[in-house]
Amino acid sequence: MASEGSTDISIWFFIGVLLTIYGAMILAYGIWELVTGNLANVVLANLHAPVWWGAIMLVLGIFYDVRFRPGKE
Amino acid sequence: MAVTSLVHLTALDIAVIAIYFAMVMWIGFYLKKRANTSEEFFMAGREMTAWIAGLSFVSANLGSLELMGWAGSAYQYGILAAHWYWIGAIPAMLFLGMVMMPFYYVSKTHSVPGYLKMRFGQGSSTVAAFSFAFMTILMSGVNMFSMALVMKVVLGWDITFSIVISSLAVAAYVALGGLRSAIFNEVLQFVLIWGGALLVPILGLIEAHGWSGLKAQIIHNFPTQDYLHMWKGIGHFSDNPMGVHWTGIVFGLGFVISFGYWTTDFLVVQRVLAANSLRSARMAPIIGSFFKMAVPFIVILPGLLALVVLHNPDGSLMHLVGEDVVSANPGAGLHSYNEVLPLMLVRYCSPGLLGLGITALIAGFMSGMAGNVSAFAAVWTYDIYQPLINKKASDQHYVAIGRWATILGVVVSIGAAYMVMNAKGIMDYVQALFSFFIAPLLGAILMGMFWKRATKAGGFWGLLIGTVTSISLFLWVHFDPSALRYVAFSPDAKAMAENMYRALWCFSITVVVTFVVSLCGQARPVGELSGLVYGATKLPKEDPVPFYKNEWYWAAIAVVAFVGLNIIFW
Repeated sequence: MASEGSTDISIWFFIGVLLTIYGAMILAYGIWELVTGNLANVVLANLHAPVWWGAIMLVLGIFYDVRFRPGKE
Repeated sequence: MAVTSLVHLTALDIAVIAIYFAMVMWIGFYLKKRANTSEEFFMAGREMTAWIAGLSFVSANLGSLELMGWAGSAYQYGILAAHWYWIGAIPAMLFLGMVMMPFYYVSKTHSVPGYLKMRFGQGSSTVAAFSFAFMTILMSGVNMFSMALVMKVVLGWDITFSIVISSLAVAAYVALGGLRSAIFNEVLQFVLIWGGALLVPILGLIEAHGWSGLKAQIIHNFPTQDYLHMWKGIGHFSDNPMGVHWTGIVFGLGFVISFGYWTTDFLVVQRVLAANSLRSARMAPIIGSFFKMAVPFIVILPGLLALVVLHNPDGSLMHLVGEDVVSANPGAGLHSYNEVLPLMLVRYCSPGLLGLGITALIAGFMSGMAGNVSAFAAVWTYDIYQPLINKKASDQHYVAIGRWATILGVVVSIGAAYMVMNAKGIMDYVQALFSFFIAPLLGAILMGMFWKRATKAGGFWGLLIGTVTSISLFLWVHFDPSALRYVAFSPDAKAMAENMYRALWCFSITVVVTFVVSLCGQARPVGELSGLVYGATKLPKEDPVPFYKNEWYWAAIAVVAFVGLNIIFW
């Protein structure tokens, strides 16, 4: 899964950036929901999907950001 | 602008969608500097790794067809719909990688009509180029319409507004960065589709008490319908809700339609041609096959889950209906099959996650649309404009034509989208299109690639008569429905079965005509067929690699997984 060699910024870095932003936003909302107890009106809201799904996206995003950051050999 | 809608997005959801559009445009502008020559603009410089080419190969196909259409089909027909992902894709993808790719790649063609030109001459190439251009624009229209439908159902947005916004975004990033921009965005969209859509089946299975619980509830709710078997119920046309027979699935779908689409439709083949080596070009479809096998988890499973978890406000089981029924009963609160996925997203996704899910749908539609438009631009420029209108222009001129073709393709697609609005069902429409053009093309390509004796006249007449046959059979059944007993071998056959058998008919006629006409003419010397035909081509030797990097090893694993899935869901 090498980066796309001849481009300055790898596609995997773009993906990492997007996952990081989305993960942070969704995780932050999930934590707010958890802390305030103000759950959204959806089925299985008690499972707090925004917390764990946002966290997974954030971790994956940071991994890709670091692994494929511009300038890294 | 707003009418009725399933949900009102929060600021968080809108931010998620806006960030996606910003990222897509950033990629387009960033890659503009790497789309200056025709090789860069149309072929992405042939620099893509196997992973990028493979993910893009699958993502270009993840348009409206895959997401909303097949989730709706799974609700209507049950797990039978998974045939379009497994037997309807995997064997063909592996065949493309292991058998056909060397000829496409070694010949250095820039398109599928380009290959036909080298093998059979300008006539066949022109027939293929025009039919591809027509088909791909209509497909792009299907994509646009589907996206606008999502926006209408979920957000209450006006259809025209949605079409214009999405079209402008796709036209901008493809016209700026060419195929490289389309491919990069397709990989990004692929990740987003999984990130946004995967949560629905996970939470759905939890609510339905797992796969066993889901099966038990489907059987309880629909005791007379078999929604859970892929092969058991297709011994006769009338034994299954789709009205198909196993011969149609195996030979019509599994061979003609599937091989036609995955091995000759330039929309997907273009992604693999952009690979950086022959090994990458062979590995790309194999990598794609694993992801393709997994897609039913985010498309078919939500359709099955909807059969048991979706309820009306009064607690009764919700019954989705066709688009025509919804249109005939405005204000009745009915939802169509194509709304399965948005309904499921609304059911489970809280703010942020809902925005992500909607973004996944938009991404799917945009990748499909961008795939069509970028392939159209290449075929228009290389296979129609260059040979027929302006043979000797500069490279810069052809890049400019490609950019304008991208914009023209989007504009014509918008017209096609409005035409699709009056079609009965998206899937039936798309399947009919496939068999019009793809099946004869498969016949011509296979004869050209694997039979040295096939002649220029044979290829041309085979392709032309096959295409005319396909359209004629369609019109015959359209004006005289009783003709179904001849075209599909049974009066019980439904639209999808008819498409499969029509494809089989016109493929067979293409092969027979090519064979007979070729025998009446003089074949080209074998020396001229090097790089084009099996048995006349010496493939370049590849450097040895460890077994876990070998394409044959991964192809074998894909075959085992494919057989295993069919046995599990027999």
